[in-house]
Amino acid sequence: MSILTSLLLLPLFGALVVGFLPASNAKLVKQVALAFSLLVTLVSIVMALSFDRNNSAMQFTEVRTWISAFNINYAVGIDGMALVLILMTTILVPVVFLAGWSESENGRWNVKVFYILLLILETMMIGVFSATDVFLFYVIFEAMLLPVYFLIGGYGSGERAAAAMKFLLYSLFGGLLMLAAVIGLYIISVNQGGATFDIARLSQLSIDSTTQNWLFLGFFIAFAIKAPLWPFHTWLPTAAKSATAGTSTLLLGVLDKVGTYGMIRFCMSFFPDATKTFTPAIITLAVISILYGAFLAIGQKDINSLIAFTSISHFGFITLGIFALTSQSLTGAIFYMVNHGFGTAALFLTAGWMIKRRGSSQIADFGGLQRVAPVLAWSFFIAGLSALALPGLSSFVSEFLVLLGAFAKYPVAAILGTLGIILAALYVLLAVQRAIHGETPASSAGISDLNLREKIAIAPVIAILVLLGFYPKPALEVINPTTQTIMTNAGVSDPVAKVVK
Amino acid sequence: MLSAPNLDYALLAPIMIILGGALIGVLIEAFAKPAWRARLQLVISLAAIVISFNQLVRVRNDGSSIAAVTSVSVDGAGMFLQGAILIFAFLGILVIADQDNFAPQASALPGSAEEAAAIQAGKQQTEVFPLTMFAVAGMMLFPVATDYITLFVALEVLSLPLYLMAGLSRRRRLLSQEAALKYFLLGAYSSAFFLFGAALLYGYSGTISLNGLTDAIRGNTGNDVFLLLGIIFLSVGLLFKVGAVPFHSWKPDVYQGAPTPITGFMAAATKAAAFGATLRIFYLGLDAAQTSWKPFIAVISVITMIVGSLAAISQRDMKRMLAYSSIAHAGFVLTAIVSLSENALSASLFYLFAYGVATIGAFAIITIVRDSAGEVSDVNRWIGLGKKSPLVASVFSLFLLSFAGIPLTSGFVGKFSIFSAAYESGNITLVVVGVLSSAIAVFFYLRVILMLFFTDATTDSISVVIPSILTRISISISAIFTITLGIAPSLVFDIAQDFAYFLR
Repeated sequence: MSILTSLLLLPLFGALVVGFLPASNAKLVKQVALAFSLLVTLVSIVMALSFDRNNSAMQFTEVRTWISAFNINYAVGIDGMALVLILMTTILVPVVFLAGWSESENGRWNVKVFYILLLILETMMIGVFSATDVFLFYVIFEAMLLPVYFLIGGYGSGERAAAAMKFLLYSLFGGLLMLAAVIGLYIISVNQGGATFDIARLSQLSIDSTTQNWLFLGFFIAFAIKAPLWPFHTWLPTAAKSATAGTSTLLLGVLDKVGTYGMIRFCMSFFPDATKTFTPAIITLAVISILYGAFLAIGQKDINSLIAFTSISHFGFITLGIFALTSQSLTGAIFYMVNHGFGTAALFLTAGWMIKRRGSSQIADFGGLQRVAPVLAWSFFIAGLSALALPGLSSFVSEFLVLLGAFAKYPVAAILGTLGIILAALYVLLAVQRAIHGETPASSAGISDLNLREKIAIAPVIAILVLLGFYPKPALEVINPTTQTIMTNAGVSDPVAKVVK
Repeated sequence: MLSAPNLDYALLAPIMIILGGALIGVLIEAFAKPAWRARLQLVISLAAIVISFNQLVRVRNDGSSIAAVTSVSVDGAGMFLQGAILIFAFLGILVIADQDNFAPQASALPGSAEEAAAIQAGKQQTEVFPLTMFAVAGMMLFPVATDYITLFVALEVLSLPLYLMAGLSRRRRLLSQEAALKYFLLGAYSSAFFLFGAALLYGYSGTISLNGLTDAIRGNTGNDVFLLLGIIFLSVGLLFKVGAVPFHSWKPDVYQGAPTPITGFMAAATKAAAFGATLRIFYLGLDAAQTSWKPFIAVISVITMIVGSLAAISQRDMKRMLAYSSIAHAGFVLTAIVSLSENALSASLFYLFAYGVATIGAFAIITIVRDSAGEVSDVNRWIGLGKKSPLVASVFSLFLLSFAGIPLTSGFVGKFSIFSAAYESGNITLVVVGVLSSAIAVFFYLRVILMLFFTDATTDSISVVIPSILTRISISISAIFTITLGIAPSLVFDIAQDFAYFLR
């Protein structure tokens, strides 16, 4: 059993242990769940340390027969891209546990169910990034919707049932389209002599261009709903508004990354020709997402909706970086996925604390937070700065790389994208000004500052944002080999700059 | 000179054991004390099923196409479905044994003094056991019959007891009797279609056997008009039994009116038997004429999937909703008939088994959700069940997720294998329609789950009765199968693959 499999099973085992604890002892349940999530973090760090960054092949692989009739295997393995996303996941889960210590107490069900769902979700989040069998990926991709569905519907606020339903229906619709494409891909492999779901072998199939286009769309629409790209985004703001801060963090920070991850892992490597065919259209959608998300973010009155729309804008950047298909923009996009995960976590968690203390999620209800709760206000401020990609924070590095790479090939798209950065400054600073600065209204005077637990939760997130902002090398070094492999597979090379003498 | 027919008793034994059990059941009704009957019937029925299953396992490798001269061909697919039907019968009888669902004296008019007297006297409905066993025997014969006469006899043996059983409901008896009458009239009508089709095909080929039909088609000896008309009429009879659109209108009414344990048993077992025969007729008898019927069945399959899924959305009654869902599922299996490949056959065998088990479980749960006046099948009154009985609501959701084809349930593997077989045989349109209608279907399954878990109850009059130990066993086994086959489908899928053949 490889270390990756143990990493996968650990949260599941944790869920089982939590299941046997007495539901009445909420504190014990939380502590055990936290302990397991920290253990998972530890194991994932150990795994990362033994990861060979010069090797571009899949590492820690393990293959076991699952359904022999279709040659479906339990096959896992990670490359640099998967590694950074898994690390992000395993770090965010304990942060979410700590940050939302009492989130689980106002739900329809008891505390235990909350942590069981989250731990099961963690296994699936790690699994979805490490699956190297398309069928296994698909199964996790679909199955992981259910814990989120129950987390939003059971522990959220407001129109939570409707939000959960909308989320699930959108995702399942995309998933079913993908199922048809997965089946199509499998049958092509059968016809070409070897039934397989193995990603590496599937990317070597020769598929005619019409079929490629259809199958590409089957995968892409599913991922675009997940990511979410305009016009498939409408489920996101409602879900983010109703879910708890922790659920939103994992939903936007990790689950939605499966969309962009899938575009790279599946769309590009299986259908290189179709990728080229659809690139102009997708770049257009990406730019629309960047601007649309940014404009709508400016107008939001609700903090969570604001964060959701900023994310739509940021996913536009990621998609732009992916489909610009230069090594800079692709590396930037993968790095962006990680930074966006931590940045969104910081935003949702601080916003969650503000909302909980004030009892309202309207930006207008806050003000002068700086005076009464300086640490909370500063954390929110830094999170906001990360969203607007301030130099010195990691998101700057990735946004810069994306735009730089994209400019070489699609200058117009890159310039329009840059507009998104300006708009980002506007929506972040407006919100920060209204919520944090100015006079403290009487209604906000009683807001208390972060306690020790909350400080411990937010500290690693901010530390990572700053550290990777000044010293992104370790992350980029891990990501680079993956980028090169993808570029080679897709058969593209970087545009050579014209040399003027 | 007349010689005695050559019968392979070992292969026919599973059916005969069930018939024997049914006959003993009739004798018990005649001679045993009323107080003993229910218990005796239960023991005899279950024993017959277990012995029959055991016999089936023993002869599993000795398939023969001449088990009873040329009338019965006990082959892989036939044996698999016989085994599936026996398992359905076992699970079904465990639920049927809960006497509270049946009218104590079916012959008494609803609301009459006799009925009141029967209830007063604490009479129990025990005829239902032998009736079930006769139906099971018919169901086991239907998928292995290879000539029109045997097919027709099997069809009637399985249908007649079901017509009666549909009218046995203890509560809402008028609805139940109406359902029984509808089922009977439409069933008789479809049997006539079947028989008429058989007669035309006899006219075409000059023989009553499916093998003879194939030879005649290959030899191109007959009049094609008879062949085409024969196929259409025969198909109508079969499509009625599987509940394909536009021959589905009986299904919601009968599912709703029949006593719920009977509905569950019928939905699972009749479907397996009817599809068994349909698969055999199309794969074996009409294979050579595939160009003439494939478009017809493909169109039926498409409208069945779409109409079943769309109509289910607007249903307010749990049993009617599951009826439409069952119609949509029939559409999925019909795609396997159009695919006409070995993979499609093994996929549909697995699908019928997985779907049947989940169906029995789902209907068994409906029997235990009640208020003071009996079962509550109104969807809106299930609101908030997740709060009152989380376990029951979770298991019911599991079955619904399996119907919806969510990964890690048996339904997903079934759907995946059926669709991939259809894709493989080039019927990509059917796959796309199937996928889209699944997306529609997901909506109404999820809406129920939403009601169970995320909506607060407005009235607290419904409750879950503590299920009898037998019902509990049945539900548990169904749930275990549904989960296990989702996680480790190979356990049954490999068997389905080994048994996916018809003998000529």
